[in-house]
Amino acid sequence: MASDHITEIVIFSVLFLLVSGMGFVAARWRKAETLDNLDEWGLGGRSFGSWITWFLIGGDLYTAYTFVAVPALVFGAGAAGFFAVPYTIVVYPLVFLVLIRLWSVSHVHGFVTPADFVRARFGSPTLALVIAITGIVATMPYIALQLVGIEAVLKAMGVHGHWPIIIAFVILAAYTYQSGLRAPALIAFVKDLLIYLVIIVAVLYIPAKLGGWGDIFDSAQAKFDASDDPGDGILLNGSNQLNYAMLALGSAMALFLYPHSITGVLASKNRNVIKRNMAALPAYSLVLGLIALLGYMAIAAGVTPVSHNGEADGNTIVPVLFDQMFPDWFAGVAFAAIGIGALVPAAIMSIAAANLFTRNIYREYFNRDATEKQEATVSKLVSLVVKAGAVACILLLDPQFSIDLQLIGGVIILQTLPAVGLGLVTRWFHRGALIAGWAAGMLAGLALLYQIPNPDKGKEHFGGSAYPLSDFGFDTKMTLYVGIIALVVNVIVAVVGTVVCRAANLEDGRDATREADYLADENDPKIKEIEMTAST
Amino acid sequence: MVSKEEPGEPAPPARAPRSDRSPWNWLLIVPVVVPLLTFLYNGDSPRLGGIPAFYWMQMLFIPFGVACTVIVYRMTRKRG
Repeated sequence: MASDHITEIVIFSVLFLLVSGMGFVAARWRKAETLDNLDEWGLGGRSFGSWITWFLIGGDLYTAYTFVAVPALVFGAGAAGFFAVPYTIVVYPLVFLVLIRLWSVSHVHGFVTPADFVRARFGSPTLALVIAITGIVATMPYIALQLVGIEAVLKAMGVHGHWPIIIAFVILAAYTYQSGLRAPALIAFVKDLLIYLVIIVAVLYIPAKLGGWGDIFDSAQAKFDASDDPGDGILLNGSNQLNYAMLALGSAMALFLYPHSITGVLASKNRNVIKRNMAALPAYSLVLGLIALLGYMAIAAGVTPVSHNGEADGNTIVPVLFDQMFPDWFAGVAFAAIGIGALVPAAIMSIAAANLFTRNIYREYFNRDATEKQEATVSKLVSLVVKAGAVACILLLDPQFSIDLQLIGGVIILQTLPAVGLGLVTRWFHRGALIAGWAAGMLAGLALLYQIPNPDKGKEHFGGSAYPLSDFGFDTKMTLYVGIIALVVNVIVAVVGTVVCRAANLEDGRDATREADYLADENDPKIKEIEMTAST
Repeated sequence: MVSKEEPGEPAPPARAPRSDRSPWNWLLIVPVVVPLLTFLYNGDSPRLGGIPAFYWMQMLFIPFGVACTVIVYRMTRKRG
């Protein structure tokens, strides 16, 4: 019952409101003359230094959902759920050289979204539209999942029903509308401070209460030995090793294709800030690894997930663990850390989705001569719509549906890699071939995902992202990550298509960028400003 | 698009054209590949403070990845 959790609820609410206040004040932080343009509202003036960028990107990528879902996965499946650790190690060296090129060309040309870049690079509004829609579709369920994270915490405090979520999101929507990217950038400090505090205490305090790490892993091993699922265990087995590596690599390649991660990158003030962050961000991976291990602590502590109306919610295991292990007041702090952890990414994601709509749909198809102020206004309004949509996803649909959508989201965002990721390195591809590759990759990915059942949850389709190799006719139990299979299809079609388009002499788009644009830094002249001075 | 190389503009100072190329960049491949080689760490022993090798070794890859990235950053930093 909620009445047993009064201390927790009070501390949670106080911290939540405190942070919301910061969200509103953020509009005055590093104050710009006006927030009426996307550079200021949507990218915080493109002026963030190493520290702010570290908190901002970190707060963006390591979300509330990560904090509840990764340990829940480890709780349920064991080693396979730990893939989040290699995934977040691999990603930074992987994108190190590519992101600085994206930053430079965006700085010179005033790009706000990845689709802006594609539009200029390949001279194709259609390809840009496809990239923009993919980004919006992949981001929406991700925002909804942040609500699932808050909901898990509320359930552990005995609070059921949807009103608290609606209130939380109305507050979030209001300060994002007012302060833009400055709000999550400022709040990210508090969020991380709380998360680090809670995790350090958790990994020192809980194992001591449970008899040490050895006992924790042994009781997890005992649980998996007793289960009849062949895929679980505290180590990987023959069938899921390859999938583990592919999932880590595929997720890493997808991460910086998400429009919200690119928002964080473009908001930084120069190339060195990005390079330093690629070296410093793995500090979060350490925390993520420790958080993942909370799943085993929950097994050792005999945690049972919260059930409501007969349905057990696996996402509640970490909140319930905290509730059982910590004194009430500290459990309240821990819950606030997760709750606030949902606000930062939700704000950035809604800003990124809104910018995509504004720049690549509204401006491209509805109002070609949109002024900067009109763009900012549209983005602000769309950010509200996006958040309302995310709340509706949770209220009207089964939250499980959002989780399935997010699984699909990872696979479809990967299909933008040839245009956005490879496009930053080479202009070899033909715009038509990129569109064909995208379509082929999407179809392949969705078709494969559709065929994967999940017997545990009694689902016939969209039950996971591991595709059994035996279905391709191989005599093996090994599974592969669907995202990478679809990406391979995509790249093959794009390569073959480019050769065909060139042979057929099909007209290609014009590249509005030059090689030097990809190397520009902070004080280099910007084409956008030259144009503006030329026109006034 | 307005060209920046207009005739009246002063010539850019004479120095080597910018580039991100450096042999040090190859070092970035190591922290990308190593954590994906599951056979390196998919074992229980040796345990460290009760934690199986699978877990502590992957955690160890984090500072390893940071070290590689920092080396590349410092060695490719532009002077001046």
